[in-house]
Amino acid sequence: MSLDKATVARIAHLARIRMPEEDLDSMATELSRILDWVEQLNAVPTDDVAPMTSVAPHTLRRRPDEVTDGRVQGKVLANAPEAVSGFFAVPKVVE
Amino acid sequence: MPASATDPTRMTVAEARDALAAKAVSAVELTEAHIAAMERTRALNAYVAETPERALEAARASDARLAKGEGGPLEGIPLAIKDVFCTEGVETTAGSRILQGFTPTYESTVTANLLRDGAVALGKTNCDEFAMGSANVTSIHGPVINPWTPAGSDDRLLVPGGSSGGSAAAVAARSALAATGTDTGGSIRQPASFTGIVGLKPTYGRCSRWGIVAFASSLDQAGPMTRSVRDAAILLGSMASFDPKDSTSVDMAVPDFAAALTGDIRGMKIGIPKEYRIDGMPAEIEALWQQGMDWLRAAGAEPVEISLPMTQYALPAYYIVAPAEASSNLARYDGVRYGLRVPGDSLLEMYENTRAEGFGREVKRRVMIGTYVLSAGYYDAYYLKAQKVRTLIARDFATAFDTVDAILTPTAPSTPFAIGEKQDDPVQMYLNDVFTVPASLAGLPGISVPAGSGADGGPLGLQVIGRAFDEETVLRVGGVLEDAAGQQAAEPPRIA
Repeated sequence: MSLDKATVARIAHLARIRMPEEDLDSMATELSRILDWVEQLNAVPTDDVAPMTSVAPHTLRRRPDEVTDGRVQGKVLANAPEAVSGFFAVPKVVE
Repeated sequence: MPASATDPTRMTVAEARDALAAKAVSAVELTEAHIAAMERTRALNAYVAETPERALEAARASDARLAKGEGGPLEGIPLAIKDVFCTEGVETTAGSRILQGFTPTYESTVTANLLRDGAVALGKTNCDEFAMGSANVTSIHGPVINPWTPAGSDDRLLVPGGSSGGSAAAVAARSALAATGTDTGGSIRQPASFTGIVGLKPTYGRCSRWGIVAFASSLDQAGPMTRSVRDAAILLGSMASFDPKDSTSVDMAVPDFAAALTGDIRGMKIGIPKEYRIDGMPAEIEALWQQGMDWLRAAGAEPVEISLPMTQYALPAYYIVAPAEASSNLARYDGVRYGLRVPGDSLLEMYENTRAEGFGREVKRRVMIGTYVLSAGYYDAYYLKAQKVRTLIARDFATAFDTVDAILTPTAPSTPFAIGEKQDDPVQMYLNDVFTVPASLAGLPGISVPAGSGADGGPLGLQVIGRAFDEETVLRVGGVLEDAAGQQAAEPPRIA
């Protein structure tokens, strides 16, 4: 699978990574190389195989729907690049 | 008199515990010796954060408890912590620019367990960015130097393996009695092989993942890195626990792992997977593997050839599953709640700028591969296909374990290579994990034990893989290999 520059630019946008025009070619080459390599999986017949959904054979636990933590606003915000009035602050998104 | 009797940095964890109990050494003395070793070996770049004051405070508290006849199983034992474990009040970066300045307000379950049992944390160790790498060359803090780099070879420094390269280098260089690592596709076992130490990846679910910076959630598992198999058993006993905060943590009793080290493997069947004889395997790896079989046979076990037909597909399946999970996990780094923020004219631009400047090239590659294989129209062809192959890989192992008790393989396909090598082509770097990734995909426990060295003098390990939650057999067989190989005393040239 050979990725073109437009596809790489689209993936970068989906991944929310700014990628300058001059980097697209080299990234396309590297990603194509990896995708070519993983495509050897197509040689494996898997029509009747269920995909793995759980590594260990155990079912997820249930727990009572109770609040067990909280009231730690200061801790939650302690590492925020910008916090205002007890909230995370971001650039304006609504005009 | 052995060096360990006079130099606390030459002790094993087990010996240090005995020395503490006998009052032959104090926790403060033990910690001071390791702080000094940490400072003397700074050129290795193994530690990214040193916390000597906190360590000494903890050591004094340990001495007070020991004086009263109290104390946990690791009371006063100085350890290094891989910088992917969140440590309350100590910066945790996972080797990434995007997390620089992040100081957790909580402690990961695994490190909290170690501290509860009396361990003394010396500092945080270097690792590949988000644990993505096999050479510890993708860290924002720079590469780690393998203490096995020959003296006088400063123009060709060796890598310690990765991603837990700082932990491996610290344990090998005697600047920590032991360390924590994490293993997603080999990140404990491969650096253990490269640095001549013991590295144990437990069964998926044995140790809580809570508070560990996530890479690939269905594969990540914490484990010990030590200078003896017994030490690995001791550390795992403290690290393992059932944790309601990790939904994949398994609620089962933690055995006395050290009690499994009986040395008795008589009658055990040891699987030798024929598919691990890969094309172009160096003769010295082949010879060491054969030597391992001979050692186990001499101890009364029976090596038998087995087949794991899906082996060749493990690496490509891994390089779909792991990046897919990484792209999802790393979506959280958006410049809003913690870590780096690079401004932009809009919220979207801020996200894109932050992630462009915060992530290194290997992380970007993996996030983009993961984004692609999960995107509309490609999910079935890549991700679903890989998860089906993963089922087949797990089935291979399950079938093998119908007839064998453990599996013996090499850990890594080579001795350590030099910093800068294998970096032109990502796939060449990925091949380092060819022997460790299959067990990771199946969630099985695996240990790497130092077993010999190559023609270049670099260390080589052998790997023992076991049934799920049968770390005891893995440790027992590993202990027999360790005794037979007699590598425990081997010290690297660049040592404290």
